Amino acid sequence: MSHHTPAKRRGDRKAAVGNVGRPPVGWAVPGILFFAVFAIVPLAIAVYLSFCEWDGLNSPTPTGLDNWTRLFKDSEFGQAAWLSLLLTTISWAFQTPVALLLGVWAAGRQRSRAVLSAIFFIPLLLSTTAIAMLFHALLDPNFGVIKEIGPWIGVDPNVMGSSTGALLMVAFVGGWQFMPFHTLIYQGGARQIPEVLYQAASIDGAGMVRQFFHITLPQLRHTMTTSSVLMIVGSLTYFDTVLIMTKGGPGTDTTILPYLMYRTGFQTYDLGYAAAIATALVVVATGLSLILVRFSGFGSMRSTREGM
Amino acid sequence: MRSGIFTPGTRGTRWVAAGAAMAMAGLLAGCGSGGSGGGGGSITAYVYGDDAVKVQQAAVDSFNKTSDVKVKLVSVPGTDYVNKLRSSMGSPSAPDIFFNWGGGSIKPYVDSKDLVDLTSTVKNDATLKDGFLPSIMTAGSLDGKIYGVPMRGMQPVMLFYNKSLFAEHKLQVPKTWEDLQKAITTFKAAGIIPFALGGADKWPELMWMEYLLDRIGGPEVFRKIQNGDTDGWGDPAVLKTAQTVKELIDDGAFGKNFNSVDYGNGGAPTLLNKGKAAMHLMGSWEYSTQLGKAPEFAEKDLGWTAFPTVAGGVGDPANVVGNPTNYWSVNARTKHKDTAIAFLKTMASKTYAQAVVDNGDIPTTSNAASLLSSSPNPEFANAQYQMVQEAPSFTLSWDQALEAQYATPMLTEISKLFAGTTTPEKFVEAMKATR
Repeated sequence: MSHHTPAKRRGDRKAAVGNVGRPPVGWAVPGILFFAVFAIVPLAIAVYLSFCEWDGLNSPTPTGLDNWTRLFKDSEFGQAAWLSLLLTTISWAFQTPVALLLGVWAAGRQRSRAVLSAIFFIPLLLSTTAIAMLFHALLDPNFGVIKEIGPWIGVDPNVMGSSTGALLMVAFVGGWQFMPFHTLIYQGGARQIPEVLYQAASIDGAGMVRQFFHITLPQLRHTMTTSSVLMIVGSLTYFDTVLIMTKGGPGTDTTILPYLMYRTGFQTYDLGYAAAIATALVVVATGLSLILVRFSGFGSMRSTREGM
Repeated sequence: MRSGIFTPGTRGTRWVAAGAAMAMAGLLAGCGSGGSGGGGGSITAYVYGDDAVKVQQAAVDSFNKTSDVKVKLVSVPGTDYVNKLRSSMGSPSAPDIFFNWGGGSIKPYVDSKDLVDLTSTVKNDATLKDGFLPSIMTAGSLDGKIYGVPMRGMQPVMLFYNKSLFAEHKLQVPKTWEDLQKAITTFKAAGIIPFALGGADKWPELMWMEYLLDRIGGPEVFRKIQNGDTDGWGDPAVLKTAQTVKELIDDGAFGKNFNSVDYGNGGAPTLLNKGKAAMHLMGSWEYSTQLGKAPEFAEKDLGWTAFPTVAGGVGDPANVVGNPTNYWSVNARTKHKDTAIAFLKTMASKTYAQAVVDNGDIPTTSNAASLLSSSPNPEFANAQYQMVQEAPSFTLSWDQALEAQYATPMLTEISKLFAGTTTPEKFVEAMKATR
């Protein structure tokens, strides 16, 4: 290697003049302050409120564990937790394979792929609200597109009126919007895979399918963890689409946890109980992310290129 | 892994931001016992921001010409109104006067002693006492006390229908339950949805519950519930109402798709004006909605009538449900109570009533009858005014009459009943158990 990459050069200088290249701790102060004021403090207050009764008008009155015991007995919370779990699973199972295949395909350097990738990316740039309203109109059983093409593709035009249909549609719309983002992650991941692995495999006589399963997939393990964590946390906190497309209906059959929290907090004004739901959601989402990171070996930062 | 501002990864932060907003509201509430807003020589009035604001703005402008203390009108966009009002009422920047729906919408403020009791003011003032229709004044009061002065048009719920469909199928407009059944059977056979219903929005379903309960058990049943007795849901009339709803659904009275049809975005009203549905139970604003969407239909083919009787019911068929009107209430912490009340008095004036009429609404003042001929549609205006004037009882929409803590679970249970995910019996049990 005769030429220096910029990264290398910085590394050299660092080695030469000690710690100069690294900014002092002071630089992190704005970030830490911002995070504390807008994340840590509100979170702490929300946890505090979850032990209070508060209608938003009078001062909060502490009620001990009331909200929490209610949480575990509340059948509506149970249903919402189940629906959240279901939505998360469906979203993951729907988005991962498609995003993975698209991402790997888009990793190729051909111009046609670059153009198509740019087109695929568009849904992510639209506002969630606009997308939800668009699909809401498309899925109108009497005047929407679904009335014309629904019967052709075997979808009941009243899909938003059925419990299963509405949940699947919410998952579909969310997937449609966020798949490009995960495609992008996988595209980046796939481009990192050293070309030599494929060259070696070709010499050994492995075909494309075999290369995919024995090189691409294992090499994308950490990418998959990253994408899955984002997907799971994203689905658990999914809200705007439900608000606009179903309002939690039919009945309560798409009332997932964030929507239940919104309804309890900002429509029923039972802010203490809403804070308990929110806190539970934070705990579950954090827990799931940690478990996922631990079991995938992502946390220990084990390389996918051992022995190379 | 870093994620961009629009990625799903940041959704978590959005909730934290919402938490921050909640937290700050909490801090404000904690130290919000100071004086009311609008210091110096002015008072602030919050109004629900929609097309009718110009009427209130004109009233404010003419009031300010003669008053030393000026009124400042703040128009809060409709969807944010309830939340904005709620968070500012607990803060030092609370309005002096504010728009509301009476009943449960002001109950929390009455409970926290934030409102001026206007009962004696109204009784001792001829302008206010005789200025408005009696059923309207009662509908907005709480426990017999008056906290609000009517300030906008009335919005009774009426049964709208497509005139040509009724003529084509040689049907009479339903006056009794039998007529209604006949209409349902006939329209179904012709492939027409008997009643358009925007079930996805939930509140249109509430109107059916309100009228059915009123016709079956009379207005007393809900009045008991409104007064805080959740056992009132155990009244046999409530169960009968829920069962009647289920029968109508099973009978196909609302078609098959109503759970995914909404009121906005041209759902239910479009079904009516395209002749795909024959009738539509809706607030009186349906007329202006149709005028906007299908002017020709609204002028020629749109008919309206009262909700029919229900077999075996004891309620007076002249009773009305809906939104009697909106009210101004006065913040107890205002520094200029006299100015506020003087402004409220202008609501009973003929000039103001005329401005309401010109905007296409029906004022609730007792002098309105003579003004209605100048309304954009005198026929509709008169029918509506008469209906309300002759009504022995005007029940406020349940979701406005009850406090949010009861109203939201109620709407949820009703939507479950219509979606078929709960039974009439379970509905009654769930309503009795609302905290």
